[in-house]
Amino acid sequence: MTAVRAGWILTQRNLAHWARQPWTPIFGLLFSIMLLLVFGFLFGGAITVPGGGDYITFLLPGMLALSMMFGVEGTATAMAGDARKGITDRFRSLPIGSASVALGRVGADLANSAVELLVLIVGGLLIGWRITSDPASAVLAVLLLLLFRFAMLWIGIFIGLSFRGEGATMAVQVLVWPIGFLSTAIVSAETMPGWLGAIAAWNPLSATATAARSLFGNPTGITEGPLADATVWLAIGWPVLLTAVFLPLSARAYRRLRSG
Amino acid sequence: MNLQAEGLRKRYGDVPALDGFDLAVAPGVIHGLLGPNGAGKTTAVKALATLIDVDGGTARVAGFDVRTQAPQVRRRIGLIGQNAAVDEILGGRQNLVMFGRLYGLSTVDARARADRLLDMFGLTEAAERAVSTYSGGMRRRLDIAAGFILTPAVLFLDEPTTGLDPRGRNEVWAAVREVAEAGTTVLLTTQYLDEADQLAARISVMNHGRIVADDTPAVLKRQIGGDRVTVTIAAGTPLEPVAEQLTAAVGLPATPDAESHSLTFEVGSGVTALAAIVRALDSSGITPEDLMLRRPTLDEVFLTLTATDQEAAR
Repeated sequence: MTAVRAGWILTQRNLAHWARQPWTPIFGLLFSIMLLLVFGFLFGGAITVPGGGDYITFLLPGMLALSMMFGVEGTATAMAGDARKGITDRFRSLPIGSASVALGRVGADLANSAVELLVLIVGGLLIGWRITSDPASAVLAVLLLLLFRFAMLWIGIFIGLSFRGEGATMAVQVLVWPIGFLSTAIVSAETMPGWLGAIAAWNPLSATATAARSLFGNPTGITEGPLADATVWLAIGWPVLLTAVFLPLSARAYRRLRSG
Repeated sequence: MNLQAEGLRKRYGDVPALDGFDLAVAPGVIHGLLGPNGAGKTTAVKALATLIDVDGGTARVAGFDVRTQAPQVRRRIGLIGQNAAVDEILGGRQNLVMFGRLYGLSTVDARARADRLLDMFGLTEAAERAVSTYSGGMRRRLDIAAGFILTPAVLFLDEPTTGLDPRGRNEVWAAVREVAEAGTTVLLTTQYLDEADQLAARISVMNHGRIVADDTPAVLKRQIGGDRVTVTIAAGTPLEPVAEQLTAAVGLPATPDAESHSLTFEVGSGVTALAAIVRALDSSGITPEDLMLRRPTLDEVFLTLTATDQEAAR
């Protein structure tokens, strides 16, 4: 059987999990909404956006990008769980292409992320966020967010296949916070000390967050540097680069199961 | 032969998990692969089921080479690993339909096959429930059903009853017999001798990565001698003179056991010896407290074989 068809069957399996246990994706969504409200209203009053603009309008595209990055944790946990429980070995003993298991994960997690984006966008519109650009740009922004999620997926698959213990998933859960906050997702890099701002500006998350802002017609909080000049290209380049690194690494980790 | 391995080798670092592993299994039988923890049973199954690469040797399963024809092998085998590798969140039917489709059945055919298998393995009533609510025995049966979707030529069962209660174990044994009756060759690994004795037509005893004995359970038992007759005598009666009398009567040395106050004879034919012992006891006026005839257990066979192997390794 082709890997694509088997991948589709495994995508359905992962989607069926949500139908059986809807609280898992619902809690994920509630968490994202909570973060949005905490930063939008609790901290937001104390934050000013360089170059001007309303903070909620600045924040929402950043929260969209941040939630795409946090998805890496769910991907890694699911991959490691299947490997630990012997389900991955079971799939490996079936006459299906070797890319099937990863494709099933990709399909389900992208579907999950698309729903998450939709809910956050509707939630954002309810609390005063506005898209002020044209529809084509808005669609491109959503596609760039999903492209970023796609890159995060391969990082998650690599981690899940390589470090199967529960400790690895905990490490991912802890690490996504500093990596997520050391970016322009929540505050502009230009409000940070110079060296820290430079690191934040080079975070792939910042490229996607800033590109989404500019495509939605929202304040970017960036007035100079690569993020101001070539943000869309960076938001394409970073995920492509990350995928180019982690997709082969994931394939290698999957093949390595054969030596164990 | 439906399953044939010659000289399989596999090392994990310095530890040889398979060290010249040979196996031949005829079609349609349950073959037991028996060995202590760490003997290499799981590694052997994984190699035969195309899950791991071996360092040397050849193996053919259902007529295909596991190294060069893995896809053909995978279409003809089912693998039941040590953990019940079914999806716990999904229901039993959902699991079987999913595996059916992954084996290439259409959705309609996969549903029909799932219903048939649920019936065959007694899971129809629990079909819609999440597998996480199943008992250990039910989970294992679902696991076996999932491996049985295409009626494979060879089904690998890696310690299928480890961790099950006696009831679950009996359920799984029934399922394994059901599978074998349908004509599937079963390679069953176990560390429980009674399990191999109950199910397997032939047993290979494995230790340190290779086979140290291979025969039917009956022959393996006979290899370490005949039947045992044990005579237990009242605690007040001295053992020594009785031992002498009985040894003279049956022509075999007695092994005395002071603690249980008994004498054990290793004999060729239990029934003949028993009659001679009873006559001798009768004529000397000794009334035994207990008189027992038993065949050697596979445990004794197993311990004897692995002990010999350890000596040979030294």
